[in-house]
Amino acid sequence: MHELRIHGRGGQGAVLASKILAKALVEEGKFVTAIPAFGFERRGAPVAAFMRFDEKEIRRINNIYTPNSVISIDPSVINAVNVFEGVQSGGTWIHTSKESKESLKIPDSISTLGLCDAVSIAMEVFRRPITNTIMLGAFAKTTGAVSLESLKKGLETANFRDAGLHQNMLAIERGYEETQVYQLQPPLGQSQNQGQEQQSAQEEH
Amino acid sequence: MTAIEKTIDSTLESACQSKTLVCDGNEAAAWGVALSRPDVIAVYPITPQSSLVEYVSQFVAEGIIDAELMNVEGEHSVLSALQGAALAGARTYTATCGPGLAFMFEPYIRTPGLRLPIVASLVTRDTLTPQCVWGGHQDAMLVKEAGWIQMYCETVQEVLDTTVMAYRIGEHPDVMLPVNVNSDGNYLSYGVTGISLPAAPLVDAFLGEKNVNWHAALDPERPMAIDPLTGGAGGPGPKMFVNYRKGQTDAMQNALRVIEETHKDWGDRIGRHYSPLVEEYRLADADYAIVTIGSMTGAAKDAVDEARDRGEAVGLIKVKTFRPFPVAAINRALNKVKAIGVVDRSVNFGWNCGPLYQETIAAAQKLQRFMPSASFIGGLAGADITVEHFSEVIEDTAKLLKGHSYDEPVWINRND
Repeated sequence: MHELRIHGRGGQGAVLASKILAKALVEEGKFVTAIPAFGFERRGAPVAAFMRFDEKEIRRINNIYTPNSVISIDPSVINAVNVFEGVQSGGTWIHTSKESKESLKIPDSISTLGLCDAVSIAMEVFRRPITNTIMLGAFAKTTGAVSLESLKKGLETANFRDAGLHQNMLAIERGYEETQVYQLQPPLGQSQNQGQEQQSAQEEH
Repeated sequence: MTAIEKTIDSTLESACQSKTLVCDGNEAAAWGVALSRPDVIAVYPITPQSSLVEYVSQFVAEGIIDAELMNVEGEHSVLSALQGAALAGARTYTATCGPGLAFMFEPYIRTPGLRLPIVASLVTRDTLTPQCVWGGHQDAMLVKEAGWIQMYCETVQEVLDTTVMAYRIGEHPDVMLPVNVNSDGNYLSYGVTGISLPAAPLVDAFLGEKNVNWHAALDPERPMAIDPLTGGAGGPGPKMFVNYRKGQTDAMQNALRVIEETHKDWGDRIGRHYSPLVEEYRLADADYAIVTIGSMTGAAKDAVDEARDRGEAVGLIKVKTFRPFPVAAINRALNKVKAIGVVDRSVNFGWNCGPLYQETIAAAQKLQRFMPSASFIGGLAGADITVEHFSEVIEDTAKLLKGHSYDEPVWINRND
């Protein structure tokens, strides 16, 4: 069972992205459950969505505490919440940023990094910083857990109208094509210190 | 049938072909409503039910549902409007929860006595105060003695299927009672998964010819009074009231049989079988069991499997039908074990335990043997009851076998 957590900010479509991804995975014959983190939905506030997928039926309907993968669809949400909380060793992080991987603080638990300058792509495609579908393309490229083809099928049934559908198709394609995937050093065992550093960085905010 | 009706008809049929949908519980409920072909729907939005009535409204706008949709000024009017519609022979629908259900209370308690088979989804929500907009069973548990049938769903698929079944149960001539289809706020209302949408003709055949409220349909050609004042201790005497009340309680008992028959027929026709009253999971060779209700059950089953792998002889009993309470069915299950831990998503203030716990040990009393038991309260205000929590519940329940007893409920999520 793969556990995925999507971080974003209210209004960016993190929950809609999880629904499109769910449709794509079901299209591929997977079992999927997805739930949003419950909170007061406010534009700009950090939000999260949880998703499990597997080859076999999933019974539990719970939040996710130890994800295999994390997507952050907003460049600054990493300053607001600890997106790495509970990430399993050997985890994958798909992040929106124009920064280089060297400038990002990445915990040992992350073994695979997908970097995509989704905000710049979004400004070209939508003229607004809406990154959710772009980052689905980035997820597909980074993990190979879902095909670009299935994502497009998922998008087709997600109630977008003509122009919006066309733009989002382009967004998914560009997210897929323009994501850089890095295999990081394999973890030398889960570092306790790293976790504590994250925690104290969190408290400073 | 006019040309327009034909068009609308074919819209439902083209929308509801056998296919896979990826949707949340609120959308699943709306598809269940569409397939049941209601005539009158009245709605007022309330979190976490709001998107459900938005889907229903969308389906009416698109012609998938051919019903009169009434956007009224509050939940009291919602149910009052539906009472009139049901008395005129209409198949009716609404959905509410929490504070909305509280505002609906006056017509809510009248509906069963009027013997109106209205179907209302409760997208369950914890009650105020402190402020919360999240899931919990407290709202539904508050109205458990109002006389409505109440079934709790475990999965998004079950929400769709039970919504359709609710009409056949409520409208059955031996029942004629309103039905709540309860789905957990947050976990089911917004939980997205892949489900199967049955084809409209299959559901039409399952529901049969629509014959709602055959016994007292409002008809200008046959004027009659509805719900006149009955006698008290003096005058004509209380027997009319007493017999009406007994009729209601008899109908509730009849509902146990009808709920079972309806689930069986749904399974035979549609291919999805559910335990209609009480589900037994890995119980046959169990020494003890945990008892669950609603969407928490999936995580609980996973925890039971893990405990079984560790060699624990634990099983699970899930209550689907809470009203009427399935005493015989739960006792068949309880008879197989020596101790139980009951997990509630609400509280019983009077007995300092969970309501499902209280009901379960009341039933167990009829077994004529002492059943060591513990009440667990979790999942309040949308709190997550995880597999790890259930592992602790299993561990704490196992202690009952070694003579441990609990004077108070065990509070899950207290430090989460």
